[in-house]
Amino acid sequence: MEICRRNDEIEISELDPFLAELLRQVPASANPDGVPTAEQRLFSPPTNGKETEICAEWKLYVEPELRRLFRTATETVAADLEQLNGNEKLFANRILRIPSKHADAWLSALNQARLVIAAKYNFTDGELGEHFRSPIGSRRDLSLFQVNFYGFLQEFILRELDDWAKSPRD
Amino acid sequence: MEKSLAITTFAVFKNAGPSTVDKPTIEKKTRSEEDLDLPWQVVVHNDPVNLMSYVTMVFQRVFGYPREKAERHMLEVHHNGRSILWSGMRERAELYVQQLHGYLLLATLEKVG
Repeated sequence: MEICRRNDEIEISELDPFLAELLRQVPASANPDGVPTAEQRLFSPPTNGKETEICAEWKLYVEPELRRLFRTATETVAADLEQLNGNEKLFANRILRIPSKHADAWLSALNQARLVIAAKYNFTDGELGEHFRSPIGSRRDLSLFQVNFYGFLQEFILRELDDWAKSPRD
Repeated sequence: MEKSLAITTFAVFKNAGPSTVDKPTIEKKTRSEEDLDLPWQVVVHNDPVNLMSYVTMVFQRVFGYPREKAERHMLEVHHNGRSILWSGMRERAELYVQQLHGYLLLATLEKVG
């Protein structure tokens, strides 16, 4: 896999079928439905529990807005990911181009996905810091790899956002 | 005697379908002056999943802090488990917490003292 910035886009090329499939799973992985711990993490309370009035207002007015915000981000990412559904050979490497204006949506969707997966598998701090665990022998190992792969993409997007801010016309 | 101030907290648009032109219904909420004057603080808590570079970027965006200050707060969260990012009036603190949750950080609003 190669990742670079080309004009106003981030281009991920030489995407093998395995990594392409992990990317396709970003929107689904970001969905906390059926995972109460993930739901609690994405929609954590705004106070330490003492301010019940604030929490009640938050549930009523802010939480629906957050849900809309998160859904919009994953929908943007899902639309970009349609590039991976071409008619090329099944095992051909793919290219994905992310427009700079979608960078924030990608950061959000990748973060949602990482938080949901981490909550689902209850990864420890030690596991999350273990970036080179191999081989992938279980669903848990694969999910940890997924969290780290999404984190790598986030790091790249953040770096590019920083560069864009410094020299937007490069 | 408790003094009260009427503050518009949220505007609720009822029956706001695509073809309706109903006027919005404004819900008003009364809060005590004491509540509003007490200083509140915005606290961000440690989270092993969020990337350090991401947290730094969020602090820069939400609070307008320069990178060095944002990094100091990020490291405080990382090492001490929490950092107070801002203190002041409740309304603004609520807005900051809402923005931080929009970026998926673990943030809370706490009364000072």
